[in-house]
Amino acid sequence: MRDLTLTTSDQLKKRHAKETRFQWYGRIAILISLSFLVFMFVAIFFRGAGAFQQTKIGLDINFDQTLIDPTGTGDPEIIANANFKPLITKSLAQAFPEVTGRSETRALYKLISSGSVFELGNMVKENPELIGTSQKIWVTATSEVDLYMKGKIDETISQDLRRLKDRDIAWVKQLQESGVIKRKFNTALFNNGDSREPEMAGILGAALGSFFSLLVCFLISFPLGILTAVYLEEYAKKNRITDLIEVNINNLAAVPSIVFGLLGLSIFLNFFNLPRSTPLVGGIVLALMTLPTIIIASRSILRSVPNSIRDAALGLGASKTQTTFHHVVPLALPGMLTGTILGMARALGETAPLLMIGMVAFIVDIPKGVTDVATSLPVQIFLWADSPEKGFVERTSAAIIVLLIFLVLMNLLAVYLRRKLERRW
Amino acid sequence: MTKTMTKSMDLRLRHANKSTQLKELAIKFVLIASSLVAILTTAGIIVSLSYEAFRFFAKVPLSEFLFGLDWSPQTAIREDQVGSSGAFGVIPLLTGTLLISFIAMVVATPLGLYSAVYLAEYAKPRTRNWVKPLLELLAGIPTVVYGFFAALVVAPIIRGMGSGAGFDISSESAMAAGLVMGIMLIPFISSLSDDVINAVPQALRDASLGMGATKAETITKVVLPAATPGIMGSLLLAISRAIGETMIVVMAAGLAANLSLNPFEAVTTMTVQIVTLLTGDQEFDSAKTLAAFAIALYLLILTLGLNIIALKIVDRYKRKYA
Repeated sequence: MRDLTLTTSDQLKKRHAKETRFQWYGRIAILISLSFLVFMFVAIFFRGAGAFQQTKIGLDINFDQTLIDPTGTGDPEIIANANFKPLITKSLAQAFPEVTGRSETRALYKLISSGSVFELGNMVKENPELIGTSQKIWVTATSEVDLYMKGKIDETISQDLRRLKDRDIAWVKQLQESGVIKRKFNTALFNNGDSREPEMAGILGAALGSFFSLLVCFLISFPLGILTAVYLEEYAKKNRITDLIEVNINNLAAVPSIVFGLLGLSIFLNFFNLPRSTPLVGGIVLALMTLPTIIIASRSILRSVPNSIRDAALGLGASKTQTTFHHVVPLALPGMLTGTILGMARALGETAPLLMIGMVAFIVDIPKGVTDVATSLPVQIFLWADSPEKGFVERTSAAIIVLLIFLVLMNLLAVYLRRKLERRW
Repeated sequence: MTKTMTKSMDLRLRHANKSTQLKELAIKFVLIASSLVAILTTAGIIVSLSYEAFRFFAKVPLSEFLFGLDWSPQTAIREDQVGSSGAFGVIPLLTGTLLISFIAMVVATPLGLYSAVYLAEYAKPRTRNWVKPLLELLAGIPTVVYGFFAALVVAPIIRGMGSGAGFDISSESAMAAGLVMGIMLIPFISSLSDDVINAVPQALRDASLGMGATKAETITKVVLPAATPGIMGSLLLAISRAIGETMIVVMAAGLAANLSLNPFEAVTTMTVQIVTLLTGDQEFDSAKTLAAFAIALYLLILTLGLNIIALKIVDRYKRKYA
């Protein structure tokens, strides 16, 4: 008897141990999955946080009239086309009187971003009264100096392997001592288009490209999605054509996104000759891609509108159309809008189809409409991730952070609308 | 009623009826037209892909495409150039795609399934309400972000671990891409499996627990076997996702078409080749660009096939317990 209880309790112990183990497998699986999420966010955040600041060098710049506008016309055209490089070299020569010789001065000038001459040009164009005065201007430092200031360059490795030589670092330290090198908020990141120089590259062009694409996508997919959902839920008789449409929509939702890009390439670009690389085509492709999601979401919302509403309207003599569009659709609209916003959020993150229709070029100009060549935020991330310059790693992560913020905002908007407007039956 | 109505009123009513009827018809027409867009999209995809693919097969025989072991799509710049007629065998791309998908599934299946089981059977409602959206967040992250993560964070780690252990691992490896793709797939598997497990009737659990089985025994011996078809469906859907995924592999897997099953070597996939063939300089009508459409057609058939099978399985399963 005693033995028997012993054996059973032994067995029971084993079984209970197994039970606890099993539960822990589940907990660990969730923990691992979520820690991937956290690890990814942390890794990207730490790489990208630095990019919101940019190293600037304070130079005493003499806006010499003879260099900018020798004849004193005040013509913005002449000012815009003036060469601002001597202004910077002169100021540098003053700050570092001990640096002489061609190669030395050229190396010194390389601490300053080559884009800073355009910054100076724009500054003078906007404030012509600067001409003839001497000002302390914070000009953008080159990406290498920026990386050094952020502690991302290893000084201990041989200088042959670095682009920033020991001599350059000595100069930067000299600037640091006189307090004229500082990290300031990176306005270029939010005001510029793409650039070959990491310190001048911004996401405004890409963000606007995304915006225009999403605008086109919304204008097409929202009405089409809702009308299709209304037809399938409220009008369609159960027959083979309806079945076909339904199967079709479910399968379209599973088609790899890159295939939609090929559709755009061969139909919209090569057959209809729509302009290549534009948000117009991008938006159409994204619309076709998100359409199934919107239809499926809208249908489930329409299904949740109780039949009593339809019966009441029909009973009072409303026609089918009146019942649907005066009563059912308005009640379902907030929910359908929520579904559409979620679909848009997915379209915002989509990259592959846009690569196929040529929205993957190096584009400096900021798009002004749906027919201007443009990229989009995720494509910009892809392009920067591919760039060999070290300075772009930071920019890429910063662009990802901005993209994720947009996604979070869209999702929060959807949740807010759902809480605020959606009715529970 | 009709007797009290004057004749003109009757006429007016009938007239109104006619115009509303017309309006109804017009609206119905608009509705049908918009639902046809979905069909047109499918038709457009199939027609455009097949049309270009057929033009490709006019230049390269179908058998060479399907069974060829070499992939090097460079076409000759000069007519008389040697050895550059291009080889269009899809097998290396297919093995690369399947290798990466396999790695992804090895990562995602246990994590997704155990998460689903825990969330469906053990977790308190409050935990569930927190964890489920967090897991689904993984599905909402753009794939380009995963690609960046794979190429710039995971690949160097794997490389570092490899050189620490004395292996030489290429910086673009199937492992990095597969691992990160696996993370992306976790929510696909966990939420679908969660639904499927929840659909198993409570009576089955009660019977098993009533017989003295522990909860873990009930789950592994009763609930999971009952849910197997549905779980299989969710896994197939995840595989179809993995095969069609583009950005992660474009950024982390590499371009060299190695016919290799070594996860630490660079392999290329079908989607990567589509992207490389169609971005950059392209002359239309060359076998090189047309090849992209042939690969895409193959990809479409693969993913749709998997999808249809998966939906059938899930559907049949749902009907069984409905």
